[in-house]
Amino acid sequence: MPADPIPHGATAAGAGTTGGAPQRLAQAALRDLPWEVGVAKPDAAVVVDGITRTFGGLTAVSVDHLEIQRGGITGLIGPNGAGKTTLFNLLTGFDQPDTGTWSFNGRSLGKLAPHQVARLGVVRTFQLTKALSRLTVLQNMLLGAQGQRGESFLRALVPGTWRAQEKANTEKAMELLRRFKLDAKKDDFAGTLSGGQRKLLEMARALMSDPQVVMLDEPMAGVNPALTQSLLGHVKDLREEGMTVIFVEHDMDVVRDISDWVVVMAAGKVIAEGPPESISQNRAVVDAYLGAHHDAPLTVEDEDRVLAEVEAQIAREESRDEPGSSDSSEGTGR
Amino acid sequence: MADLLNALAVAGKSALGFQAIFFALLAIGINVQFGYAGLLNFGQIAFALLGGFGIAISVSQWGLPFWVGVLVGLLAAVVLALLLGLPTLRLRADYLAIATIATAEGLRLLFRSVSATPVTNGTRGLSAFNGDFIALAPWNTSQRYSILGTSWSGGELWVALVGWILVILGSLLVFLLMRSPWGRVVKSIREDEDAVRALGKNVYVYKMQALVLGGVFGALGGMVYAVGTGSAVPDQYQNANTFLAYAALILGGAARVLGPVVGAMILLFILQFADTGLRLLISNGIIPEDLLSSTDVAQIRFVLVGLGLMLLLIFRPQGIFGDRREVMLDAR
Repeated sequence: MPADPIPHGATAAGAGTTGGAPQRLAQAALRDLPWEVGVAKPDAAVVVDGITRTFGGLTAVSVDHLEIQRGGITGLIGPNGAGKTTLFNLLTGFDQPDTGTWSFNGRSLGKLAPHQVARLGVVRTFQLTKALSRLTVLQNMLLGAQGQRGESFLRALVPGTWRAQEKANTEKAMELLRRFKLDAKKDDFAGTLSGGQRKLLEMARALMSDPQVVMLDEPMAGVNPALTQSLLGHVKDLREEGMTVIFVEHDMDVVRDISDWVVVMAAGKVIAEGPPESISQNRAVVDAYLGAHHDAPLTVEDEDRVLAEVEAQIAREESRDEPGSSDSSEGTGR
Repeated sequence: MADLLNALAVAGKSALGFQAIFFALLAIGINVQFGYAGLLNFGQIAFALLGGFGIAISVSQWGLPFWVGVLVGLLAAVVLALLLGLPTLRLRADYLAIATIATAEGLRLLFRSVSATPVTNGTRGLSAFNGDFIALAPWNTSQRYSILGTSWSGGELWVALVGWILVILGSLLVFLLMRSPWGRVVKSIREDEDAVRALGKNVYVYKMQALVLGGVFGALGGMVYAVGTGSAVPDQYQNANTFLAYAALILGGAARVLGPVVGAMILLFILQFADTGLRLLISNGIIPEDLLSSTDVAQIRFVLVGLGLMLLLIFRPQGIFGDRREVMLDAR
């Protein structure tokens, strides 16, 4: 188990943890599971079955079976183009799959529009941060609150119907902003925030909706190391509040630090899953990132065989070139 | 000097007359759609056309009471907004722009076409439908009244009074809506639709509501114009008016409650002042006849407005009421 070298800077603000050691129920629950693709989890919040999504001839996502443990942090990793973001889009209704079903708390999410998925308590952030530039930070936060009476056209005209709710939401927003250290910026336009602050704002805004599942698409991308630590603290806080977190990340140190379970995708498929420490030893994962046979030492016989093959190929190409064509460059570089 | 005062008075009348109200209402509608919700409606004049002809056809052709005509016009605008919104609001913003600009031109051509003549009276248009409304004026409408050195007919005054009340009520409505959570969602949609979707708001419904609301303002503007002129002629509803309304909005400041109102007044003031002023200078011989003849004045005043807008965009891109910090965020 990775030790926790970071003092919870962000947690110290008082995130409502009930004192004592942080709960890592999910990690305990997942400890004895076999490290194999599609393994059933003891308490799955999200279940994916047979999802495929193709763009023309490219199969972007093809996941047979995947379960996400409730109350845990699941890291989703994979090389660029592995289909991680597409899977996020499918799960949150931003894209529709060609086949397959998926459910949240046993409720099927197929055919639901993004806002309907969000109302069920599955909220996401985006890889390219979507701060609403010309709204203030506080307005950004208030937008996240669910079930607002004043968001209906007619009731909006009668402030009496929504003023009390608005006040409660504002208090909640300020509390979250204090936790994310953005409270001093509450009246600034979100467009004036730095990249890292926007990431924080987007996460805080997502929390305004009291989600059960938080899906973070590369929350640490483009964020300086100090802020990464703070963001990590916030993600851990989510778990301690009982939320299920799924996040896409490229930084393996981050993944190893906070995930209870890691799912590895490559070329649209889930190629491995298991606890973080299992991943770096996994052959399929190493192959996916670095290419197969990248570090297998060549034996003398192998070397001879490869040499013979290459020589034969050169000979073939030379004989083919003889008639006059000059394109002999291909293939000889190996 | 007296001439200058007279030119100012004439321009002032123009800034308070029914044409200013017409542009103000059009621009209030565009402000809801473009300024707050980020919807590109390039055919606001189509809603005005339906508003004006809603009254004209109902009263002159079908013999219905004036107020039923108002309802018909408003209903027609709502239906047009729904028809335009249904297929385009799920798509990127440009598709609504294409659909609206085509509809505005198409509807005008349809209303002036030979086959529509039995209903719209073709290119000659309809008249004599505002009698019921003018009769409601609490003063004698056949008399002329002198206000601040300009002469108004009783009817003109009545239309202007009711029109400005409409503008005030409309601005109040926009003010109430935009400070509510509804307005917050609409403004967020302008910034980023997907972010709003991810937070559980049905973006499509909000865009549709904004489109319909803006269209209703357009229809009201068309009604004021039709009642003010006393006639409804399809060619009055050229789509250039949509862009003049945009100019008024940008002049006053988009996404500001009073931006479109003050913008429309200033636009009309400049147009009229340039017109009277230039004619005055030509007739006094200050501008030589061979440089600028009085027949060119009608065109040159739009050049002046364009010049003014350019200077405004360079030195005060946020318009008169806008917040410079807010506008400059886009430039980052």
